[in-house]
Amino acid sequence: MLAERAFSVKKRFLAMYKKANAGHIGSALSCAELLVLLKFAWMRDDDTFVLSKGHAVGALYSVLAEANLLSPSQIDSYYEDGTELPALPPFNTIKEIPFATGSLGHGLSVSAGMALGAKLDRRQSRFFCVTSDGELDEGSVWEAALFIAHHKLTNVVWVVDRNHIQAIGRTEDVLALEPLDAKLRAFGYRVISVDGHDFAALLAARDECVRAIETYAAPVAIIANTVKGNGLNYMQDTVDSHYLPMTDAQYEQALAEVTRAHAATMNRFRNAG
Amino acid sequence: MRAEFVRAMLALFEQRKDLVFITGDMGYMALEGLAQVYGERFVNAGVAEQNAVSVAAGLARAGHLPWVYSAAVFTVLRPYEQIRNDVCLHELPVKLVGNGAGYAYGIMGATHHALEDVGAMRALPNMKVYLPLVATDLLPVVNAMAEDPRPNYLRLGLSAKIPGEIPVFAAWRRLKPGRSAVVIGMGPVLQGLYDLGRPDLLDELEIWCVGNFPLEDIPPELASSIQEKGRVISIEEHYRPGGLGEALSCLLLTSGVLPRPLVCLHAAGYPSGRYGSQRWHLEESGLAGPALASRLEQILRA
Repeated sequence: MLAERAFSVKKRFLAMYKKANAGHIGSALSCAELLVLLKFAWMRDDDTFVLSKGHAVGALYSVLAEANLLSPSQIDSYYEDGTELPALPPFNTIKEIPFATGSLGHGLSVSAGMALGAKLDRRQSRFFCVTSDGELDEGSVWEAALFIAHHKLTNVVWVVDRNHIQAIGRTEDVLALEPLDAKLRAFGYRVISVDGHDFAALLAARDECVRAIETYAAPVAIIANTVKGNGLNYMQDTVDSHYLPMTDAQYEQALAEVTRAHAATMNRFRNAG
Repeated sequence: MRAEFVRAMLALFEQRKDLVFITGDMGYMALEGLAQVYGERFVNAGVAEQNAVSVAAGLARAGHLPWVYSAAVFTVLRPYEQIRNDVCLHELPVKLVGNGAGYAYGIMGATHHALEDVGAMRALPNMKVYLPLVATDLLPVVNAMAEDPRPNYLRLGLSAKIPGEIPVFAAWRRLKPGRSAVVIGMGPVLQGLYDLGRPDLLDELEIWCVGNFPLEDIPPELASSIQEKGRVISIEEHYRPGGLGEALSCLLLTSGVLPRPLVCLHAAGYPSGRYGSQRWHLEESGLAGPALASRLEQILRA
């Protein structure tokens, strides 16, 4: 089940970040459920995923490992000299990573290009792109948004990881994005807003997205309302969660909190069942 | 060159089914025929070059052969990071086409001139630059680019009109023999030498044309000429940093072929702060007209 997958994915990337003494933990926790949903409950083999917010790549590597597409030794090499898994997605190294991202504002455009290619070939493949919200400051994202809408590239599903925090400030303080849903609608998108950490809601959003594409022949943007550093009391919804690595004590606390939250989810699931 | 480029792209469409032509809303009175023939494979991506280049990278990743067309300055500089990251790092066969390179946009002024495009492209990994000289170069150049699995940049200008038979497009071409100096140039700026109306000067100059960057090894006959004549003059409608003169300096030095001296003629920008036709700017930079003639006399007398 997806909650089990997410728990395993989070434990793995927390261990990776701890071993590497690396940051961007908050960004990975923000999109962990989104990536699990896409990989294990939505994407088919001929679909493609682009993590435009490349700084959250710990979550992506962990999801790929969860799907047995990266080996434990590859995961173990994360951040080490000579690794295939650097702190931002590499180019031409891992089949499931079609483009090296990390410079923001590229992912949606390359997704659009691959989607246009599939459309010209009359292929049914779909292209899932997760951008951050701070990334929407980049003008190129809006160029891509215009392009996708104009060409009715309904084979692109754009997910905005809306955690309201960018590198050194809150999005609404740095360069206000709201009303984001209205902006996207004005660009020609069907917009679905969803709790980006709740699998029941995410699965419903998935179904709504598929229906919307069939019904309206318009591209869909999903605004996933998320919390940066989700689930970790000491870091969640803080700007610090973008950069700071974990101390030993914080790591222990993080594992305990993620485990406790997972147990609570499973209990709810059992009680509901 | 634009009309010949379009003809070459139409001919290529007969042979390949994987082409996609993307324009950044440029090509009025030039691309209409292409749009008609290419159909859904012709995309006006709007005035949005960053997206256009990344879309092209995505198309190439999906197995297509995309061409991205705009004015040279907009093709190269506006989406520079997209070219670096999405195209060059991934070594995808995206074909960038810059029209109106150098001062070709003339009176349109500085924002439309491309005087650093080659330097910018030379700095990127896996990028091969194509520099046609005459109208007949476009067919072989377009075909070579289509066969080249790497990223390419095609620098278009006004075709040079050079008397005599021009050898077929190549990385190095000798255009004419000469007695006392070797001129090495890139693109149509070489026409300025022929337009001087000074057969006495022209007789002194052995003229070579460069077709690509990175520069290929110096052909033995060129090395011999340089060793024999000593004087080498590079000429380019481009700023000096990153341009032909600098590339040539490095190549000559590392090849042990030492000119005595190497004189680099290049675009000077806007020294007077005034604007004019392409020809006017070339003359102001000393790349054509009386200023070029006197510079050549000075070099030949030294």
